[in-house]
Amino acid sequence: MSLTGRHLFIALVASCCLALVFADLSSSGPDPWLTLNRIGQGILMPYFSDPMLLLNAAGLTLAFAFCGVAFGAICGLLLAPFYRIRWVRSFCIAIRALHEIFWALMLMNITGLSPLTGVLAIGLPYAGIFAKVFSEYLDETDARAEAALPFVTSGLVRLLWVRLPACVPQIATYSLYRLECGLRSSAVLGFIGLPTLGFHLESYFKQALYPEAAAVFFVFLALILPLRHWVRWPLVPIFIATSIWGLIHLPFPPMGQGAALRFLQDLAPAPMRTGADWGPWLGKVLIGQAIPGSIATLSLSQIALTGAALLAALSFPAIVPRVVGRIGAAIGHGVLVLLRSTPEYMLAFILLQIFGPSMLPAILALALHNGAIIAHLLGRQSASLPVRLDAPTGLTFWGWEVFPRLTGTFWALCLYRWEIILRETAIMGLLGIGTLGFYVQMNLQQLRVDRALILLLGTIALTAIIDALSRHLRRRMQNAHSLRIEGSRGPTGNNAKTEKPDHCR
Amino acid sequence: MTTLLTLQNETLGWGDTPVLTGVSLTVQAGERIALLGPSGVGKSTLLHAMFTRLADQRVALVPQEAGLVAQLSVFHNVWMGRLDDFGTARNLRTLVWPTTPEQAAVDAVLDRTGLSGLGRRRVSQLSGGQKQRVALARALLRGGDIVIADEPVSAVDPTQARHLLTELDCTFQSSIVALHDVHLARARASRVIGLRKGGIVFDAQAADLHEADIMSLYA
Repeated sequence: MSLTGRHLFIALVASCCLALVFADLSSSGPDPWLTLNRIGQGILMPYFSDPMLLLNAAGLTLAFAFCGVAFGAICGLLLAPFYRIRWVRSFCIAIRALHEIFWALMLMNITGLSPLTGVLAIGLPYAGIFAKVFSEYLDETDARAEAALPFVTSGLVRLLWVRLPACVPQIATYSLYRLECGLRSSAVLGFIGLPTLGFHLESYFKQALYPEAAAVFFVFLALILPLRHWVRWPLVPIFIATSIWGLIHLPFPPMGQGAALRFLQDLAPAPMRTGADWGPWLGKVLIGQAIPGSIATLSLSQIALTGAALLAALSFPAIVPRVVGRIGAAIGHGVLVLLRSTPEYMLAFILLQIFGPSMLPAILALALHNGAIIAHLLGRQSASLPVRLDAPTGLTFWGWEVFPRLTGTFWALCLYRWEIILRETAIMGLLGIGTLGFYVQMNLQQLRVDRALILLLGTIALTAIIDALSRHLRRRMQNAHSLRIEGSRGPTGNNAKTEKPDHCR
Repeated sequence: MTTLLTLQNETLGWGDTPVLTGVSLTVQAGERIALLGPSGVGKSTLLHAMFTRLADQRVALVPQEAGLVAQLSVFHNVWMGRLDDFGTARNLRTLVWPTTPEQAAVDAVLDRTGLSGLGRRRVSQLSGGQKQRVALARALLRGGDIVIADEPVSAVDPTQARHLLTELDCTFQSSIVALHDVHLARARASRVIGLRKGGIVFDAQAADLHEADIMSLYA
């Protein structure tokens, strides 16, 4: 039996309904409209109270992003040729399954609030991602060029002379795209104490200084929106050198003597260290934390995925000129760019101030951000669809022509974002929602590092399961497609490759 | 007789590359025109130009690639011919919830094109010939003053091709059809236009046409 969109639709709706049973969607804030009104006023009249502070934070946000992404790219490039080796691949899967914020939370116990924490928190998971993507690029290079090198037997020479040069353009494009993600990660790391823009955004928000908070947000947008225009490859070495210089001179609080060593020792489960009973320890970690945390993470991510899918399907016509006209499409583009440039965590934090603590802000943030990304990719693909001379316009065109033709792509993109949404959902726990991140942070605050480690391993396992499931479903859908797809549309494989830079994790 | 469209010494093409030059012709209501010529000579270009000049008429179009949405059912692809008769709300309703009269209207043209009972089948599951019939059924359902069809019967056998073209003639007063089957063209059309190497080689009533004229196209 081949898998169709209808099966996925039924599965998605069913899982969402099941998830709603476990979800807490109450809006417990004092009065959402009051806060929304005040935030709106702040956005209309941002106040740059301390320009030097903002400038400094903006510079550090960039510095962490540049150093972290450069570290990840270099490590990824070194790992990529060996990605076929099983343990290298497993290592890369494991390091990229942990979110940047989880890495930062753990690293803080070793390297403290030093700049190294921020750089490694971005660099380590990115190294895993880069290794995977670069290895795919290397595999795709033209085998004929390599076969034309007759007498060279050294793998290294072949790699450096033929395969690497052949994929330099893809590597450059992908790295630039990753830098955009790195900038988002860097800003979000401010929420857990690093001196980036997120730090000031959070503190202004918590003091209800909305005009100041809006100013921070606008500075962030001013960095990320024109990124592809101001990052020029010849300038990148200068950017990286300046970033390293800036981070080296950054003052930071010292770590206590032997704290790092103690942390590493504490990673071993308590019963192993103290000889206590395993039963109560396992009971607390697994039954008390891992299971409720996993249920909350899964249900929240399922509702968010459904929301993202719904939003994407409804909003992508907003960037198709034949549906909404030229001006409408320009406005639609603006809104989608704004939503996909703002990190989910930042969006969730802002919505939390409006709606009060429940799952609602996180669900909305994940649905808006991921929905905007899927909508953008669908809208772009719709531009390449064949259009009959007598095709209708407006919503009729969307419903009868565009959406039916794009359903395969639509489901592939939803499945692709599934794992990313799950990974991001775990983090939302830091905002006080009961997902796995909540228990991780609680254990770290209580110095129960061993329990945090178990929960992080659980997070990795959950991510791996969803990733494998999504991969399996996508492959089955693709098989069904290659049988049915019209010749004119071409294989989806090549398209998917060029689309990849926009699938942000 | 009313004139449907006129082309006067025109250069037709895609973007900056001309495909046909010096094209002059007039189409009268009631004419049944066949376009002949080797593939790639510009038949589709000429049909495209004619379609855009017929903006004030009700035209039914059968493009070469059939222009079907493979993911939708046969019913939906046929009903598409009438989408511009209704508002957006009704069209979206029909998409998810077709009414009995709508289905009956589609079933009637499916019977005429030999697709009876296939209304619920997805177009992606059809053969090439069946897809061409769906495109023709769409044109029949649409109806109108004139049909413009680009190789509409290239994937069905000659007997069926004759039958399908007869159905078109029953519905439309005028027709402009690109064909690759010379005998079919001479048998069905009142007027034949031959294209070769960037221009019109002959444009004559079917009765006045000589075998040599036609052979010159493919020589």
